[in-house]
Amino acid sequence: MAASVMPAPRPKAYDVQRVRRDFPILARQVNGKPLVFLDSAASSQRALPVIEAVDRYEKTSHANVHRGVHALSQEATEAFEGARDRVRRFVNANSTREIIFTRGTTEGINLVAQSYARSRLGRGDEILITALEHHANIVPWQIVCEQVGCTLKVAPIDQRGELIFDQFEKLLSPRTKIVGVAHVSNALGTILPVKRIIEAAHRVGALVLVDGAQAVPHAKVDMKALDADFYVFSAHKLYGPTGIGVLYGKEALLNSMPPWQGGGDMIKSVSFERTTFNDLPWKFEAGTPNISGAIGLGAAIDYVEGLGIEAIAAHEQHLLQVATEALTRIPGIEIVGTAAHKASVISFTMAGVHPHDIGTILDSEGVAVRTGHHCAMPVMEFFRIPATARASFACYNTVEEIDRLVAALNKVREVFG
Amino acid sequence: MELKDLYRDVILDHNRKPRNFGHIDQPDASAEGHNPLCGDRLTIWLKMQGDRVADVRFEGKGCAISTASASLMTEAIKGKDKASIGELFTRVHTLLTDQDAVASPELGKLAALSGVREFPARVKCASLCWHTLNAALDQGGKTVSTE
Repeated sequence: MAASVMPAPRPKAYDVQRVRRDFPILARQVNGKPLVFLDSAASSQRALPVIEAVDRYEKTSHANVHRGVHALSQEATEAFEGARDRVRRFVNANSTREIIFTRGTTEGINLVAQSYARSRLGRGDEILITALEHHANIVPWQIVCEQVGCTLKVAPIDQRGELIFDQFEKLLSPRTKIVGVAHVSNALGTILPVKRIIEAAHRVGALVLVDGAQAVPHAKVDMKALDADFYVFSAHKLYGPTGIGVLYGKEALLNSMPPWQGGGDMIKSVSFERTTFNDLPWKFEAGTPNISGAIGLGAAIDYVEGLGIEAIAAHEQHLLQVATEALTRIPGIEIVGTAAHKASVISFTMAGVHPHDIGTILDSEGVAVRTGHHCAMPVMEFFRIPATARASFACYNTVEEIDRLVAALNKVREVFG
Repeated sequence: MELKDLYRDVILDHNRKPRNFGHIDQPDASAEGHNPLCGDRLTIWLKMQGDRVADVRFEGKGCAISTASASLMTEAIKGKDKASIGELFTRVHTLLTDQDAVASPELGKLAALSGVREFPARVKCASLCWHTLNAALDQGGKTVSTE
């Protein structure tokens, strides 16, 4: 079974109603109102072609991969490895040997921390991250610092939620071995200048891991152009399944790294005296992989590229602009994160109302937003707030839904007086 | 699920003007409560007369439900001994979690919290202060967590 479907011809104008028909869940009601789903930055909804690709695989082609000579195993292997090649083309990597399937962004970062950093870094070495990071790009580095005695440094942000680049550069030194940076901030939407960050880090000989979880749904990422050493992302923010993600790594680096987890599939031969590890990418994929997840990811990439990632981004930027203007007009609402370049994410607070109360009242109006610290407690600490409400916009959201958000926020004001 | 059942006037009033807000110098007991899911934090201070709560105050940052629940709780427990506070806690807990519970007259204003059970995601907001109070009464003063 082929993992790819032919991309649909790109419509002249972006037809959001047509897009919405590809997402069955958007037809449901929540609390008696049509669902307005503004929480795609936490997890986007599944496109029908993704659901169907996974369903088709489970119904017709499932078997374990890389193992049997029988037809199903070969079909499953072809579909699984086909999805890997689909990812390679999507991120413009040199080779499928550079595409490691993981459980998601978090696992990709942990893999690099435990395989690369743990085996190479020691006392006196530094890992540099930014103050915008998600916990997934903080905690794995803290763990490895604890293990090997290296130091975690944090580059500061300003009140708009932008990285202060001068200070970032000042923190770079020959001691810096790894720079871990988000491509797009999940809590604030800030798009970071990753190309400049990578160039600056490379000048001091540091490697760069980019957390692309919030970037891949909104922008074309190109590994050859970016020159990142590692780039990680998850399928479920890209209209694909949960439990599957990608670690891109430069082949020479991945080759030089020890395996992270041991088990089946990551070996060539095993005896009690000696084990020979498998080649890339399988060296880093111990155990039976998430086959249907990989196939779903392949289908999600087909879907996104069928719509055109630039067309999606343009649509989302329009929504971001409309929503930013609408929220600015509501008394008491303050937008947290006002960077010049943002993805379609708006974090906000409302004077006198805790974000959880906003979330509950919005939910009663059928409007789903994220509330809380967004797994970025240091960001909340920086702005001296316990939490925010966050609306995020995806390929299927509409201007009418922003009207519903505004009406629901007015309802919050009504309840709280 | 009705919004006005959750955000009743009593709740909104106690959120806007929390009673017994502030701290007690030289308390006989205190404890800190934390809901790591939402970042809510709350500290409770107690002044005891034997087994009886002579004075109670709290401070914290939280949503309307957690603030109002703490405020209502402080009003309800002042002057009560540990045994009656324990009984009250059981009644509140039942009210927050049991769909069929009928608010008993002993609950007084705390009955305003009955709407919370329709919003399972918010039950912990309302119960944080009670867990914190229990920690303070048991002394030790350690941080309690809803998780």
